[in-house]
Amino acid sequence: MKNAYGTSFPAPENRSEIARLTRDAYAHHPAAYAEVEAAPEVFKVDRREFLGAIFTASAFVLGANLATGSATAATTWQPSVYLGFEPDGTVVITAHRSEMGTGSRTSLPLVVADELDVDWKTVRVEQAIGDTKFGSQNTDGSCSVRDFVAAMHQTGATARLMLERAAAQKWGVPASEVALRMGKLTHAASKRSAAIGEFVVAAAALPVPAKTELRFKDPGEYRYIGKDVAIVDQHNIVTGKAVYGMDVKRPGMLYAAIERPPVYDSKIKTVNDSEALQVKGVQKTVQLPPFKQPHLFQQLGGVAVLADSTYAALQGRKKLKVDWDANPAHSSFNSAAYKQELFASVHNSGKPVRNRGNFDTAFNTAAKKLEADYYVPMLAHASMEPPVAVAEFKGGKVEAWCPTQDPQAVQQAVAAALGITANDVTANVTLLGGGFGRKSKPDYVVEAALLSKASGKPVKVVWTREDDIRFDYFHSVAAMHMKGGMDSSGKLESWLFRSAFPPIASTFAAGAEYGADFETGMALNEILFDVAHMRAENCPARNHVRQGWLRAVCHLFHAFAIHSFVDELAHLNNSNYVDYFLKTIGPDRQVDLTKDGVTPWNNGQPTATFPLDTGRLRRVLEQCAQKSGYAKFANTKNRAIGIAAHRSFLSYVASAVEIAIDSEGNLTIPNVWTVADVGQIVMPDRVRAQFEGAAVFGASLALMGEITADNGRIVQSNFNNYPVARLKQAPQKIDVTIVASNAPHAGVGEPGAPVIAPALTAAIFNATGKRIRELPIRQTKLV
Amino acid sequence: MIELSVNGQPRKFDGDEDVPLLWYLRDELDLTGTKFGCGMGLCGACTVHLNGEAVRSCVTPIKAAAAKRVTTIEGLSATGTHPCQAAWEKHNVAQCGYCQSGQIMQAAALLAKTPKPTDAQIDNAMDGNICRCGTYTRIRAAIHTAAGVK
Repeated sequence: MKNAYGTSFPAPENRSEIARLTRDAYAHHPAAYAEVEAAPEVFKVDRREFLGAIFTASAFVLGANLATGSATAATTWQPSVYLGFEPDGTVVITAHRSEMGTGSRTSLPLVVADELDVDWKTVRVEQAIGDTKFGSQNTDGSCSVRDFVAAMHQTGATARLMLERAAAQKWGVPASEVALRMGKLTHAASKRSAAIGEFVVAAAALPVPAKTELRFKDPGEYRYIGKDVAIVDQHNIVTGKAVYGMDVKRPGMLYAAIERPPVYDSKIKTVNDSEALQVKGVQKTVQLPPFKQPHLFQQLGGVAVLADSTYAALQGRKKLKVDWDANPAHSSFNSAAYKQELFASVHNSGKPVRNRGNFDTAFNTAAKKLEADYYVPMLAHASMEPPVAVAEFKGGKVEAWCPTQDPQAVQQAVAAALGITANDVTANVTLLGGGFGRKSKPDYVVEAALLSKASGKPVKVVWTREDDIRFDYFHSVAAMHMKGGMDSSGKLESWLFRSAFPPIASTFAAGAEYGADFETGMALNEILFDVAHMRAENCPARNHVRQGWLRAVCHLFHAFAIHSFVDELAHLNNSNYVDYFLKTIGPDRQVDLTKDGVTPWNNGQPTATFPLDTGRLRRVLEQCAQKSGYAKFANTKNRAIGIAAHRSFLSYVASAVEIAIDSEGNLTIPNVWTVADVGQIVMPDRVRAQFEGAAVFGASLALMGEITADNGRIVQSNFNNYPVARLKQAPQKIDVTIVASNAPHAGVGEPGAPVIAPALTAAIFNATGKRIRELPIRQTKLV
Repeated sequence: MIELSVNGQPRKFDGDEDVPLLWYLRDELDLTGTKFGCGMGLCGACTVHLNGEAVRSCVTPIKAAAAKRVTTIEGLSATGTHPCQAAWEKHNVAQCGYCQSGQIMQAAALLAKTPKPTDAQIDNAMDGNICRCGTYTRIRAAIHTAAGVK
């Protein structure tokens, strides 16, 4: 049983109850769990017969449809679920992952085209609907390329060999002498050549080669991989033609705005919709049922106003009068008091999640000691496109159009809500106007489907920005407690790391207070320190909102605490972060967490393939220090630098942040330098772009990110009170270096974010002497 | 009855005069390149030109567009080759792309008045446009390119 991060949960305590809840949840929402490894499984299980495993029975039947849900995609040959050829030789490559800005809708098809060896300009990329035959489509956890690059190579190489064999047969020459290059089949000796279109039908009739027969290109032969191409949607984006979920329109469609319970898990007491129904254009109101715990991806319940335009729906909703029966378990949720609860939690022992040596004894006898508490508030995703979905219920089936990170979860969640099967749900995936983890939870699609069923018409549910911020799957607020014991030379010899955060596990197993293994695995128990005595503990915390993953997830708060603490230790010992961190991670080696009683989560990947490598971490930090001039940077009260290095999503990243502070205490960020070792890459420019964006994302949450609750109600509502970084506040220059690497492809979308906050606050300390242990920075006066 | 011009075409509207221009463009004219982001004029995703000036269409009632020229991203250039659009492509600015229509419309309005903007002028003009993906450094570079400076 796997969750979106490729790991099983919930946490081991309360095992029987949680197991039951999870089992029930899983019965309804397998897509929510069975994600990351699904597609590689296809290849693992049936490696002998790659094509047999991923092909539908009719894959070689002439006229079979490419499984994209597009009625126009008639193809004659579909050598893989990811690839089809039209009779004229047009190459159609399926993008089965969602595009929310990372570029995977371009990069994965690009790998197929390169390995196949066709002209990228002749390729048409089609977006897949949700279907388990594609393997996991949950575009989450920075794993699209990592998990599918091999499948894309195999797809391309298989089709290339079959086309070469088809040409060889017709020309009566050995297949080994026929080469496919740039969409053209050539036999050099007889000077024959032809476009692939001539052999599509013949190739489709050939037996499928085993993987052992395939020839994969040497990297030197790549035409596109490792080079920069424009993303496939670029021109449509700059001309306004790109279609996002917000842009979908169906004939006869109604527009819906929904009033949701302001306190989590509350029910409607009374509704008065008489004024709402007076608003011109409003057709009707519909009550949505409350959800049953565990929450999963159910809709929140509430009252919907259906109208013939977005504006009318929004106006009608303003006139609704809804009285709520606020859930007492959550209506007392106040962020200031909750913060004290979290600190109380981490000031007591928690559940050990890592243990090496004997921390207590070593710390008691340490020559020098440091203790510190850190705090990172709740955060909202705030993607530029708020949640939105169109659904059409007809004849017991649903067709949905939605900006989703996970169309199979859409199928599962909609099916569960309507009492139909997942196969009765067609989930069309539009472009996503940002996702950051929010749009892998398809509650908003469920709303649209329920309202379409209730109204008998296609319905578009539009979330306002206020809805988006108040009813998010929030990134957990976290309190962390650190103790470090040093010998007389200042070397860290004992380290205690406690963390309390309302876990994402609570969304899947009601009341869970401890993190699932993917949550503790995000740096609470996977830090590469060479410290003789260390213990990590996860302390309990109760959720009062629905929790969900946000770009970089628990790394965001854990990295802030860890690297801030290292910087504090460094200053205490008249050292600097770089020297002290390198000393603390110790010599180059592969860290074996099992010695500390930890089964490494490691992003759901085996440590044999993705070891925890201190050498790679050292190198990115050293290179970043060198590029930024960290060691010799002349810190002043107006200008200073900070740095941090962190392993997350199997990648190694260091960032240095230079800040400027004016006489009034206004802070700007003139420069960020990032050095990243993410293993092999496909599209360098998109990798750089992700690290540029992550620097902005990290700076934004560090400077100003904070969601609070008052009597269970979320206080913030829009960009005025939940600000995100604007042009002037964002780093002005971002210098990204991607380390050349032959290591397996690792994460790109998320690992750039965690290092920014600790580097930024370290820079502030270097300028002002103020140690910021609680985010956001904006609550601290810098001058 | 409100008469206005949208991307060079005369239009008539006889509904609620308080309807934000954004929803008129999107729901009635299907000009969906103009995006909904915040509904309060805080993010700039809905930026269009009203008689050449950049405005936030989500807080601009349609009555304010009476007898005026509205230009949306679809009408910025007949061929999609406005210098900003070309520069945006050259710099591969877009990540998710959702905010970029608004960014481009804001930048185009800036360049119409200030053909060779400095960094500070760009920062001031563009500070109302949020990009959550964080493409700001490329936006600044693309505007310089569109201005023919770099």
